Amino acid sequence: MYAQMVDTGTRVAGNELDAAEVRFQKRIDDGIRVEPQDWMPDRYRKTLIRQISQHAHSEIVGQLPEGNWITRAPSLKRKAILLAKVQDEAGHGLYLYSAAETLGISRDQMVDDLHSGKAKYSSIFNYPTLTWADVGAIGWLVDGSAIMNQIPLCRCSYGPYSRAMIRVCKEEAFHMRQGYDMLMSLCRGTPEQKQMAQDALNRWWWPSLMMFGPPDADSVHSEQSKQWKIKLFTNDELRQKMVDQTVPQAEYLGLTIPDADLKWNAERGHYDYGAIDWEEFYNVVKGNGPCNRERIATRKKAWDDGEWFREALVAHADKKSKSKLQAAA
Amino acid sequence: MSNKNDTYAYLLRLGDNALVLSQRLGEWCGKGPALEEDMALTNVALDLLGQARLWLSYAAELAGDGADEDSLAYLRDADQFRNVLLLEQPNGNYADTVVRQFFFDAWHALALQQLRVSQDPRIAEIADKALKEVNYHLRRSSDLVVRLGDGTEISRNRMQAAVDHLWPYSGEMFDADGVDLAAAAAGYGFDPSGLRTEWLAYVREVLEEGTLKLPSPEAWMQKGGKQGRHTEHLSRMLSEMQILQRSHPGATW
Repeated sequence: MYAQMVDTGTRVAGNELDAAEVRFQKRIDDGIRVEPQDWMPDRYRKTLIRQISQHAHSEIVGQLPEGNWITRAPSLKRKAILLAKVQDEAGHGLYLYSAAETLGISRDQMVDDLHSGKAKYSSIFNYPTLTWADVGAIGWLVDGSAIMNQIPLCRCSYGPYSRAMIRVCKEEAFHMRQGYDMLMSLCRGTPEQKQMAQDALNRWWWPSLMMFGPPDADSVHSEQSKQWKIKLFTNDELRQKMVDQTVPQAEYLGLTIPDADLKWNAERGHYDYGAIDWEEFYNVVKGNGPCNRERIATRKKAWDDGEWFREALVAHADKKSKSKLQAAA
Repeated sequence: MSNKNDTYAYLLRLGDNALVLSQRLGEWCGKGPALEEDMALTNVALDLLGQARLWLSYAAELAGDGADEDSLAYLRDADQFRNVLLLEQPNGNYADTVVRQFFFDAWHALALQQLRVSQDPRIAEIADKALKEVNYHLRRSSDLVVRLGDGTEISRNRMQAAVDHLWPYSGEMFDADGVDLAAAAAGYGFDPSGLRTEWLAYVREVLEEGTLKLPSPEAWMQKGGKQGRHTEHLSRMLSEMQILQRSHPGATW
C-alpha cells in the first residue's frame, strides 16, 4: 500500500503489557480515538510515525510519475485535470506530514529520512510512466488500490490520521474516476490508443497488486497493527478486494488483465489470480526498481535547489520581526 | 465596428500569453522549492490554463471552420503563436520564475482592468473572472519579490540577476501595433502603451521594497512575439506540448 511493511518494533521485557498499555489497548478496543496529547506506548507512536510519514512520502514521490506527463497532456482539459490531481497529491503530502508532526517529529526530519533512504515510500512509484495511458492506469489502479486501503483507515485509532484519511479519500475517489475516464477515451479511440491502454494495464497490473505488501504469511507486523487498529484488513484481504473490483472494470473497457490464471471461483465467491513475483517486489523495495534512484535524485535536487529560497524567506521573516521589536521598544 | 479577423488576432494574444506561461509553470509541478510553494505555483498554472481555454475557445468560435481550444493550442506552429517573448523564457532558477511572473502579473492586472470594460461583452466577462485570479497572482509574486530581494545575500543576487536578465523582455507588453490599435479603436481592447507609466511605478515600488534596482526604462527591448517572431525557446516548448496531438492526428483524448 502507500505504507508497506511498516515495522511495529519489538516489545522488550517479555510479553507482559504494563498497566498503562493495558488501559491504552482497552480504549482502542472500545473505539475511543487516540489524540496527540494522550499517553501512548512508544512503539505505537513510532509505528505511526513510520506509517504516516511513509504515506506522506508516497504522495510526494507519487507526484513525479504523473507529473512526467503534465507538459505533454494531449488536451487542455486533460492537462487541467492532471495538474489539479498532482497538486492534490502535494496537498495530501502536506496534510499527512502535519498529522505525523503531531506525534513529535518535524517535517524536515521526515524529508531528511526520505532523502537518506531511511524512510520508504510505496514501491509503485518506482515504475516509469512510458505513455499517456500510464496516467490513466495510475488513476484507475493505483489510486483505486489506495482507496481500498485508506477507506478503512478513516476509522483507524489515531485521530489526526483518521481525519486526514477522510479528506484524502474523497479526492482519491475522484482521481480514480478520472483515470478510468481517460482510459475509456483511449479504449473507444483509435487502435493505437487502445493498444496504449492495454500496454499500460500490462505493465501496471502486477505492481498494483504488489502495492498491498507481502502475503499475510510473511507479514510480520500486521498482527500488532491490527490490534492497534492502525491497519484494519490484511494485505491479502485488500488485494483480493482490489482484484474482484477491477476485473469487471477491465472487461467493460475491453482490456485483458495480463494473468492467464485469473478466473472466477464460484466456491470462494472471489477471483483466483496467478502467482505474484515477490522477488521483484522485494527488489523494488530494496532500491532496485526501474526508477528508485531517479525518483529520489529528483526529490533531492528539488530540495537542494530550493534551499536558498527557503533560507531567504526565513531571513526576511527574521528581519521583519526584529524591526517590529525595535519599533515596539 | 470590430473586424472579426482583428478580434481573433487579439484574442490569440491573450490566450497564448496565458497558455504559454501556464505550460512553463507546469514544468515546476512536483519540483518546487517548498511544498507550499509548489502547490501555490500550480494554482497559478491552473488559473492561467483556465483563462487560456476561455480566450482560445472564443477565438476558435470566431475562426469557425471547426477550430476549438485544442486545435489552436496543439496544431499551430511557433510562428502562429502570439504570446510575448517574456513568457516563453525558460524557468531558470526559481528567482527567474518569480521575476517573470511578477513582470507579467503587474501588466496582466492592468490589462484585465481595461478589458473588464470592453465593449465586447464576452471579453468583458472573461476579463472580469480572470482579474479576480490575477489580483491574487500579483499579490503573491509581489510579496515574493520583496521577501526574496530582502532575504539573504544569495537570494538578493539571484533576484537582481533575474530582474536584469528578463528586463529586455518587459517592453514588448507595452508595444502597440495595428492589432492593438484596432482593438482600442473599436472599443473591445486597449492601447497597451498607455499602461507603461503605471506599470513602471508599481514595479519600481516593489523592487525598491525588496532592495532591488530597477534597470533603465530606456534600455533596448526585445520584441516580435506578438507578431509571431519568437525566441528559440518556444518551438522546443511546443514540440513537447504538442507531441501527442501531432503524432496521433484526429484522435480524441
